[in-house]
Amino acid sequence: MTVHVTGLRVALDGTPILHGVDLTVAAGEWVTVIGPNGAGKSTLLRAVGGLLPFTGTVTIAGTELGRLARRARARRVATVVQSPVVPPGMAVLDYVLLGRTPYIAPLGRESAADLTAVHDVLRRLDLEPFASRRLETLSGGERQRVFLARALAQGASVLLLDEPTSALDIGHQQEVLELVDRLRRENGLTVLATMHDLTTAGEYADRLVLLADGRVAAAGPPADVLTETLLAEHYRVRVRVIPGDHGPLVVPVRG
Amino acid sequence: MTLGPAARPARLRPLWLVAGAVAVVAAALAGLAFGPVTLPPGSVAAELLNLLPGVRIDSGLTEREVAIITELRLPRVVLGLIVGGMLALAGTAYQGVFRNPLADPHLLGVASGAGLGVTAVIAGRVAAGDATTNLPVGVPVAAFVGAVGAVGLTYLLGVAGGRGRSPATLILAGVAVSAFLDAAQTYLMQRHVDSLREVYSWLLGRLATAGWHDVRMVLPYAVVTAAVVLAHRRVLDVLGVGDAEATALGLHPQRARLVLLAAASLGTAAAVSVSGLIGFVGIIVPHTLRMLAGASHRVLLPLSVLFGGAFLTLTDLVARTVATPAEIPIGVVTAFLGAPFFVLVLRSMGGRTT
Ligand SMILES: Nc1ncnc2c1ncn2[C@@H]1O[C@H](COP(=O)(O)OP(=O)(O)O)[C@@H](O)[C@H]1O
Ligand SMILES: [Mg+2]
Repeated sequence: MTVHVTGLRVALDGTPILHGVDLTVAAGEWVTVIGPNGAGKSTLLRAVGGLLPFTGTVTIAGTELGRLARRARARRVATVVQSPVVPPGMAVLDYVLLGRTPYIAPLGRESAADLTAVHDVLRRLDLEPFASRRLETLSGGERQRVFLARALAQGASVLLLDEPTSALDIGHQQEVLELVDRLRRENGLTVLATMHDLTTAGEYADRLVLLADGRVAAAGPPADVLTETLLAEHYRVRVRVIPGDHGPLVVPVRG
Repeated sequence: MTLGPAARPARLRPLWLVAGAVAVVAAALAGLAFGPVTLPPGSVAAELLNLLPGVRIDSGLTEREVAIITELRLPRVVLGLIVGGMLALAGTAYQGVFRNPLADPHLLGVASGAGLGVTAVIAGRVAAGDATTNLPVGVPVAAFVGAVGAVGLTYLLGVAGGRGRSPATLILAGVAVSAFLDAAQTYLMQRHVDSLREVYSWLLGRLATAGWHDVRMVLPYAVVTAAVVLAHRRVLDVLGVGDAEATALGLHPQRARLVLLAAASLGTAAAVSVSGLIGFVGIIVPHTLRMLAGASHRVLLPLSVLFGGAFLTLTDLVARTVATPAEIPIGVVTAFLGAPFFVLVLRSMGGRTT
């Protein structure tokens, strides 16, 4: 499903945070938003996920976000927020089952189909051995996979990932991103993510969007966005950009 | 540990349900058998069965002893089951809604609000010269208005006010609201000295004078509360991930919270209006269950009703037998047990400050 964002403006507690953002993610595409801390990346994702009031338009497969009922929206768009809440004492299986909420009647209980969907996701993410473990007993990498599993259980074709790898070591970062990429290819998911590691961002995304001070400063293929000039301007950092196998390698250097 | 495909979602296992039912029956039998006159539990059980239509068992009890069971002790036991069940259920619901293991009808100020409502009605009635011993039917309504007002105030002070708050912030707000409402209640009592005796006897726990009238008055509210809260057991689990994520999952967190707060406050108000102020049941029972049976509300809520009822009935038994011939107020017993428990919960939360 194509995500189309035009003229998006968001104000938080009266402070304007996004000043008219335009953005398109084609169906099946992976777009990653980069930008310095406080640029508005999380705010952008929350608006696209329908979690914030905004002006401008966001359409999912042609339907305006505001026209979708909450449950209908949750079946199309799944969000993994920057630091998901870990409910104390909850088992992994129950947590992933929360992803089926948009399919379960408000006061009803899950059907056999919901359980099948959950077990299917657990199996594909190699989480079956953890099904009855309490979420807070998992390591960071395992937890991140469980967060992803809940989002996948929503059966949505648009996946919003806010810094899915920030809490992980490079091995687990790669593991999670490869997993997302595999799921994207297998299920035709549309992915809109945010990320801090610029090299990694460029390696996995089809296109990058550089957000600075609530505006799109640059957008396009990684090689067009990850340039020494653009990064110097918006991150106030000196970097060397080296061509790599899967996109530019961004290396910070001392001035 | 590796349960793999056999792993099942949290559900109320039959064994737990049976345990809860056994606890209720055992507590009820104990409550009916013991007192100034001790009756054999077997005979008590036989008389209970005799209450069913078409059953006729010879229990060997005299007519007077049967009357002690059905007229004196049974309404008190039934009321204890209902009130205990309501307080524990409301506690579990508040804890889920606020994502705060310390939330309790008492500590949130809800009970004080309900108490103020009841006091206002009693004072008004005594002033009007009405001298019947039964509580007026308007009492639960007044208690509900007071309860909802109190939880709204606590919520505004503790949740909406400021960032960087900890679970204790909400409870501090509840303490402040309680203090204010208690002061308002004392003021009201001073203005209506003629109602003091009646208010006090209610405050210290009305279970002692419980009759079928009280059961009939509180039952409809208890049924509505239990139905609404239990219907939301899965929703409470969804609320556990916080408002933003619950919204992303398609839920209306504010709407669900409002319904649950209203229902829990109704249950608290009904309980308070017939039983006076009994604290800590809403912490002791849910917390113990959470440790033993798991954190899912699908398990916790129904078990809270059963074990809350059993717990309060047994507590009432202790309150009326431990210092015979005198009775100590039941709220005193629950506070003796509950205060150390509160410390336990506080410690188990560790450094968590979300
Ligand atoms: N409730 C709020 N009120 C005012 N400003 C806020 C609020 N929440 C976040 N902000 C500000 O919005 C800006 C963008 O935040 P965010 O979207 O989280 O940035 P990023 O994810 O790019 O680091 C930051 O400057 C932050 O301080
Ligand atoms: Mg962010």
